[in-house]
Order: sequence, then structure tokens, then C-alpha cells
Amino acid sequence: MNMLHYWRAMWGIIGRELWRFITQRERFISALVRPLVWLFVFAAGFRSALGLAITPPYETYILYEVYITPGLIGMIQLFNGMQSSLSMVYDREMGSMRILMVSPLPRWFLLLSKLLAGTGVSILQVYVFLVVAWFYDIHAPWQGYLSILPALILSGLMLGALGLLLSSFIKQLENFAGVMNFVIFPMFFMSTALYPLWKMKESSVPLSIIAQYNPFSQAVELIRFALYGQFNQTAFIYVFVAFLIFMSTAIMGYNPSKGMMMKKGGA
Amino acid sequence: MKTDLALSIENLSFSYSGKKALDQVSFDIHSGKCAFLLGPNGAGKSTLFSLITRLYDTREGRIELCGFDIKQHTQKALAKLGVVFQQTTLDMDLTVMQNLRYHTALQGMGRKQALQCIQQSLERLSMFDRRFEKIRQLNGGHRRRVEIARALLHKPALLLLDEPTVGLDVPSRLAIVEYVHQLAIDEKLAVLWASHLIDEIYPDDHLIVLHKGQIKAKGTVNEVLGITNTSIIQDAFYNLTQGVRA
Repeated sequence: MNMLHYWRAMWGIIGRELWRFITQRERFISALVRPLVWLFVFAAGFRSALGLAITPPYETYILYEVYITPGLIGMIQLFNGMQSSLSMVYDREMGSMRILMVSPLPRWFLLLSKLLAGTGVSILQVYVFLVVAWFYDIHAPWQGYLSILPALILSGLMLGALGLLLSSFIKQLENFAGVMNFVIFPMFFMSTALYPLWKMKESSVPLSIIAQYNPFSQAVELIRFALYGQFNQTAFIYVFVAFLIFMSTAIMGYNPSKGMMMKKGGA
Repeated sequence: MKTDLALSIENLSFSYSGKKALDQVSFDIHSGKCAFLLGPNGAGKSTLFSLITRLYDTREGRIELCGFDIKQHTQKALAKLGVVFQQTTLDMDLTVMQNLRYHTALQGMGRKQALQCIQQSLERLSMFDRRFEKIRQLNGGHRRRVEIARALLHKPALLLLDEPTVGLDVPSRLAIVEYVHQLAIDEKLAVLWASHLIDEIYPDDHLIVLHKGQIKAKGTVNEVLGITNTSIIQDAFYNLTQGVRA
């Protein structure tokens, strides 16, 4: 098995995912509408209710819309990660996952390629969202639009790996509703996506502690700092370690001799 | 390595939570031979296919594809394998060409080689003119043809067919049966075909009758008829599976 084989297979998987995303117009629109509704409706309503102090990376008072923009970027990637997970469960039920799994490449590589493909799709969505936000007067320094890219890759990989991990445990498509209730919503609401930690601490200390150690919060902070051209080392290490843990557990979950596939009776 | 041995299974057993699905299954398939795996529902056919394709782990026994142990040399073994699953595994929203290109990428084939093989494979199945149509627009028979074309793109040594003709009309079914038999002769391809449809079996084919996870008979059609002292496959199957009609 040579390197060219790996290269071709990886681009085959990424190309297929991107093509599917672009041609599924409803999926593209709904992926964009969700964060935009939060930005235009929720943030506008909360603007007067929440007073925000100057905290890094911000150097001046900011509007609430500006504060939640990185959180909504995280939201796009979180939902995209779960969407990929959903499509893995669907593909497994429908059988098309088998074609991927019987190809002559290591399973970890196939899963990593699938993850990269999902991350690529989420980055595409984020940049479209940033363009729309720009017209809504949410501007970051121009270099921020470039420095956010590596942060988006890492956070996309981490959230995608979480989705992958969940998909290895979910037996049926119907069980996916549980993921929404028990993973996506708690992860999003108990994070720094909508409120800063200090603000949360004022009303609930336990909640602020949960939010602080929530990997999604760290992903949001990594994105927030990167959008302003700054590097948040703690968030980077946290997100990177979380990615490694989620990914290695997902690979084990898809391993025919160790994972959940035996118990589920199918790949 | 025995040169013309495409698939070798030795003492294969498999259980689901303590319940035996396969019990000491052993058989070989040689290049150019078409072997039919017959068995009633729940006989263990799907489990056997999942083990050969490494979707399940082999814990007891041994599976070799062209001399490569599926557990120790998984990638080398899988490279020799083409599969058509019972359920369709095509992406409905992609075209025939896109589905096949995806498969060639997974097999590591370059663009030029991939396009050449796709053209050859689709032309043989009279599907080349429909290469830009979405799978969703094709009927069941044509979808099956695309799946067979896809399974053969990387020139496998063994083709696994898991009830590929179920739900097809008679002309589509006969066309596929004839095509695969001819392919086994022309390309020296070994075929393992799980089926319930006895009229798909040719006189020169091999039979493996599986019942409750055990092989009840194996050999050429004549050998199995001889063992069971019957004159038609349907009666042989009936005898071996104790009253379960095919």
C-alpha cells in the first residue's frame, strides 16, 4: 500500500463529502440559518440585557453580537460534527458505510479521512457565516480571518471526533434524538458561547466550573482569540488533548475486534 | 500459497452473545469457480459474509483470501475482494460515475486508470450511456448492475454476492446470473454467491449448503445430489435442511 493510495483515498472521501454538501441545498441553508437566527434575533434581544466588561481578546467595549459570534462559529462546527455523526449512523443503517469499511486501508485512516471531510465542510459553512456577519457590521481584523483557519481545523476535528465517537455507540437512527438532548444542548448552553465565564459565575459557580472544563468552551475560546489574531495556549492544549481522546476512542469503537461493532452486529 | 485458491475457510466459528451462528465451517473456492451458498434464513450466511469482509472479527478459525490471512494481512486480503451486499450501498444522490470514481479512489486507482476501468466495466454491463444519471433515477436492475460493475473495478480475485438478484424481474435476474457465470470463466474470477433462488445455479457450479451455522453438504451440484440421493437441487436442499424449502 503506497502513499499515493492513501492520498487518493483521502481526497476521494473529502471530495465526496464536499460535493454532497454543496448539492444538498437544504442542508447548506439550514446550516447557515441556525446561527444567523441566533445572531439576528437572540443576540439583538439580549444586547440590552447583558453588559459586557472588557476581557481579552477584546480591547474595548463590544456589542453582544460581537461576543457571541465565535460561539456561533463553534455552534456551526458542533452541529456539523453531529450531522456527520448522524450521517455515519444513517450510512451504517443503509449499508453504504460497508463500502468504506471493506476498502483496503486501515480503519483509523478511513475514519480520519471522514473526519477531515466533515471538518472541511464545517469550515466552508463558517466562512459563509462570517461573510454574512460582516454585512451585519461584525468585523474582525482582516488578519483574523486567516488566523482563525488553524483554530477552525482543530476545533472542527475535535467536535467531529466527538460525533464519530458517538456514532460508534449509537445503534439506530432513532436514538439520535438522545444525542441532541444529552450532548449538543448541554454542551452548547453550558459553555462560554453565549455568556462569559465571569458573568456565569455571578449567577452560578457550579455552572461556571462546568463551562470552564467543557471542551466546547475551550474550542470557542480558541476560535475567539484566533479571530482577533491571538493565540490561546490553554484552549489549544485542551482542544488538542480532547481531540486525541475522542479520536482514539472512536477508532477503538470502530475496530472489529475491540469495538462496539460486534455488539451492534454491523458496520 | 496455493496459486488458484481464492478463498480458504478453516474451522470458522462465530457466536452472538453465546449463541452459535457459525460452527466449524470449512470450505475452499478456486479461481474460475462459482460457488453457491445456500441456506434458509438464519443459517449464518450474512455472518459468514461479515467475517469474510472483516466487518466482524474472526475469533475462531481462519479465513484466507489469495493466501492472505484476513486478520493478519487485512489490507492485502481486502484488496483481492469485490463485494455486492444484499442492501444497496450506492449513494442515491450521486451519479453512476461519481459512485464509481469514489470506489476507485478508495482502491487507490489513478484518474486515467480509473476512467478506463469504469468505461470497460460499464460497457460490459451496457450501462456506459447512463454514467451521468443519478442512482435515484435508475431502476433496481440497473442499480444492481452498477454495483456489480463497481465490485469488479479493481479486478478482484474473489467476488462476494449476497443475494444480489432479490427483488429483480426475471430478465434482469437472468442477465446478471449469465454475466457473472461468464465472468468467472473469462476472468478466472472466484465467486461466492449467497442465494435462495435455485434456478440461478448452473450444473458446473459448486454448492455449499449451510443450516443452523453448520455445513450440511459441499461439492459440485452432482456430488451434492449424490450425497442426498436426489435428482434436483430443491429436493437436496429440502433433505439437508430438514424440511425448510428454499
